[in-house]
Amino acid sequence: MGAASVDIGSPANSRGAGSESVLQTELLSIQFGGLSALSQVNFAVSRGELRAIIGPNGAGKSTFFNCLTGVLRPTSGRITFNGEDITGLPANTISQKGIARSYQITNILPNATTLENVRIAAQSRRHGWNMIAHHSAFADLNDKAEAALRAVGLIGKAHELASNLSHGEQRNLEIGIALATEPQLLCLDEPTAGMSAAETDETMELVRHIAKNLTILIVEHDMAVVMELADRITVLHYGAILAEGTPAEIQQNPRVLEVYLKT
Amino acid sequence: MDAVSHFLHAIPVDLIIIQTVNGIVTGMILALIASGLTLIFGIMDVVNFAHGELFMLGAYIGVVVIASTGSFWLALVISSLVVAILGAALQVATLRPLIGRDPLNTILVTFGISLVLQNFALWNFGPVARKIPEPISSSFTLFYLQYPWYRILIAVLSAAIIGGFWLFLKYSRFGVWIRATTQDRVMAQAMGIPVPLVYTGVFALGAAMAAASGVLFAPLVGVNHTMGLDWVLKAFIVVVVGGMGNLGGSIAAAIFISLLEAYATIWVDPSQAVIVSFVVLILTLLFRPTGLFVPTPK
Amino acid sequence: MSAAADNAEPLVRVEDVHTYYGKSHILHGVSLTVGAGEVVGLLGRNGVGKSTTLKSIMGLVRPTHGTVVFDGETITGLPPHKLARRGIGYVPEDRRIFRLLTVMENLRTGLDRRGVGEDKRKALLDKVFTFFPILAERRNQAGGTLSGGEQQMLAIARAMMLEPKIILLDEPTEGLMPRMVSQIGEIIDLLHRERVAILLVEQNVPLTLAASQRVYFMEKGSVRHHCAASEIDINDAVIRQYLGV
Repeated sequence: MGAASVDIGSPANSRGAGSESVLQTELLSIQFGGLSALSQVNFAVSRGELRAIIGPNGAGKSTFFNCLTGVLRPTSGRITFNGEDITGLPANTISQKGIARSYQITNILPNATTLENVRIAAQSRRHGWNMIAHHSAFADLNDKAEAALRAVGLIGKAHELASNLSHGEQRNLEIGIALATEPQLLCLDEPTAGMSAAETDETMELVRHIAKNLTILIVEHDMAVVMELADRITVLHYGAILAEGTPAEIQQNPRVLEVYLKT
Repeated sequence: MDAVSHFLHAIPVDLIIIQTVNGIVTGMILALIASGLTLIFGIMDVVNFAHGELFMLGAYIGVVVIASTGSFWLALVISSLVVAILGAALQVATLRPLIGRDPLNTILVTFGISLVLQNFALWNFGPVARKIPEPISSSFTLFYLQYPWYRILIAVLSAAIIGGFWLFLKYSRFGVWIRATTQDRVMAQAMGIPVPLVYTGVFALGAAMAAASGVLFAPLVGVNHTMGLDWVLKAFIVVVVGGMGNLGGSIAAAIFISLLEAYATIWVDPSQAVIVSFVVLILTLLFRPTGLFVPTPK
Repeated sequence: MSAAADNAEPLVRVEDVHTYYGKSHILHGVSLTVGAGEVVGLLGRNGVGKSTTLKSIMGLVRPTHGTVVFDGETITGLPPHKLARRGIGYVPEDRRIFRLLTVMENLRTGLDRRGVGEDKRKALLDKVFTFFPILAERRNQAGGTLSGGEQQMLAIARAMMLEPKIILLDEPTEGLMPRMVSQIGEIIDLLHRERVAILLVEQNVPLTLAASQRVYFMEKGSVRHHCAASEIDINDAVIRQYLGV
C-alpha cells in the first residue's frame, strides 16, 4: 500500500523550551475606529508547541487568529513565520506558506463527501491547471486526503455526505481539512464548541495525537481541555497579553483569576 | 456679457418649469407606490413583485366604484380599503408560512401572485382599457399650456397621504410597533409586539398605498391589466436608489429620478428618456450601493 | 421568603431542556427553578450555554427536548411576544435597545399594551424615571445616542414596562465601568424589593453572590452545581472550578 502520509511538519524536538520560534509577532496592533482590539502584542510560539490562547469575552482571541491567518490586516506591528515577514499578506498566500485554521462555526462543504472535503484542501497544495484529467488520476491527493481522515478518525465515513455527520464529527472534519493542507502551524478556533462531554474527550485525544508532529495554537473556553492539552498558555485581556506560562503557573496567577472572576 | 445672455436665452426656461411641475407630479405618484414597496421590504425582507398588480387592481376597483356611485373620492377610499384587505389576506395565506425560509421563495410567490392578478384582471375586465374621469377638469395657464389642475391635485394628495402615513408612523402605537419591528424584530417580539400581525398590517398598508396611487393615476392614462408593469419597475429602481427600507430616501429618490427624466424629455424622445432612471440605478449600485439618499454608507 | 422553594410551585421551572443551534448541541439537559420574587444567579464561563438557557425560556430558540413551565403554564415553544405579555421580561446581553427610537418610544414598546390605562402609564413611567433619573433627562433622545451604561438602564427600564413577574437579565455588567457595575447591583436590589424575580446570568461573581439568594453553576451545556449564595464566597473552590482557569 502507498506510504503516502500527510506531512504535518517536522517532528518536535523539545516542547516549548528554547526551540526556535516558528511564529512571532512584534507589537501587533489592530484598531477598529476608536477601539483597540489588539494592542502591542508580542507573542512567540516554539516549533512543536501546543499553545492555548484564553481570555474573557472580547479579549481579542479571534481577532488575533484573524490577523495571523490574513483575514484581518493589522494596523501596525509585524508577524514573522519561519523567519519570513507575513504581515498583511492575503489569507490564501498565508495558507500556502503553511498556516492552517479551523473555524468556530463549522465551515465544511455540506454537499460533498467527507473525503471530497478533505481532498479539495489537499489539492490546494498543487496548482491544478490540468482541467482535463479525471480527479482519480491524482492518486497521491487521494492518499493524502485519506491520511488526513485517518488522523481525525473519520476514515470510516470517507464516502458519507458531510452534512450527514454528527456535530462532533463535523468539527473533527474541520480539523481534517486544515490538516490536509500539510501545515506547519495549525490554528484551532474553539474546536470543542457545542460538543458533548464524550465528543470533547474524543477531540482532545485527536488533538493530542496530531500535536506530536505539529505546532498548534488553540483558542478554547473549555478550561478542562486547555489545562489538559496545553504546553503553555497565553492569556489575553482587552487585546493585550495579561500573562503567559505553563498551565500550573496560570492557575496560580492572581491577576488571571481576578480578571476571570471580575473581582 | 453678450455671450452669457445669449446662452441664457438658449435655455428653454418655460419648458424647464413645465417639466419641473410634471416631474414633481410623476415623482409624487412614484413616491407613493415606492413607499409601500420599501416599507414591506424594510420590515420583512420581502421583495413584493405583485406590487404593480395591487396598483392595477386599485385602479380597476376605482373604475367599478365610479361606475356605480359616480364619486371619485369614494372610489379612492373604497379601493384602498378593498386592496388593503386583499393584501392582508394574501400575506397571511402565502407569505406568513414562508417566514424564516430562503428569501427566494417569497420572490417566487409574489411573482406568481402578480401573474394570477394580471390574468384575473384580463379575464374579468377584458382587454379594452377603461377610463376614469378626473374629478376636476379645469386647468390653468402655464406659459403656453393649459395645465390641468388635476395633475396638481395628484401631487398634493399623494403628498398628503405620505405625510399622513409619516405622522402615523411617528406617533401612533402601531407606528411605533412598525418602527421597532423594522429595527430589531427579535427584541420587538421580546417586548410583546405581535410581529406576525405587524407584518400583515404593513403589507396591507403598502397595498393600500399602491391602490390609492392606482386610482389617482388612472385618469391620466387608460386602466388596463398591464399598467402595473411599467410602474413596478420604476418603483424598484426608486427603492434601490433611495435605500432599501428607507422611507424618506425613496421619496427623495422618486422625485429626483422623475425630475431628471422630465428634464431629459426636453431634449430627447420620452421613450429614450427612461434610460435616465437606469443610468441613475447603475451609478448608485456602483458608487453608493446602500442608497443615494442614505446618510452614511453602512 | 425561603430560598429553596420545595413546597410551593416555583415561578419558573426549566426541566431537562436540550437546545441546538443547527447541529451544535448547546444545552444538554438544563434544569433549574426560580421562585416568585427570588433572585437566582446563573454562573459559568463563556460558551457554556447561559445565554442560550435564557433564550430557551424566552422562546427565542426552541428546545428540542424538555419543558419550561411559567406560573403553572407550560410555555415551551410559545412565541416570545406571548411570553412578554404573560410577564417575562428579557434584557439581552448586548442590550439591544431600539437605536432609532427615542428613550420614550423605547419605553412605549412595553407600555402600549392592553390593560394599561392613562393612570397606570403615568405610574409606571414615574417609577422608572425615579429609578433612572438620567433616562428622564434623555427621554426625547434617540436610543443610539446613549452611553453604554445608559443603554443598559434603558434596556432594564423597558423590560419593567411590561410589569413582569420575572426579568431574564443577561450579563448586565458586561463592558460597564466599575461605578456602573455597583449601580446595576442597586437596581437588582430595588427590583427584588418590588418582588420581581430575576434570573441573572453573569460572570461577575461578587455582584452575583451579593445579589442572589441561590446560584447555579453551568458547564458545557448543563447545570453542575447549585447552592445558596450565602453558602459560598469568592474564594470557594466551586468558584475556581466553574469560573476560573
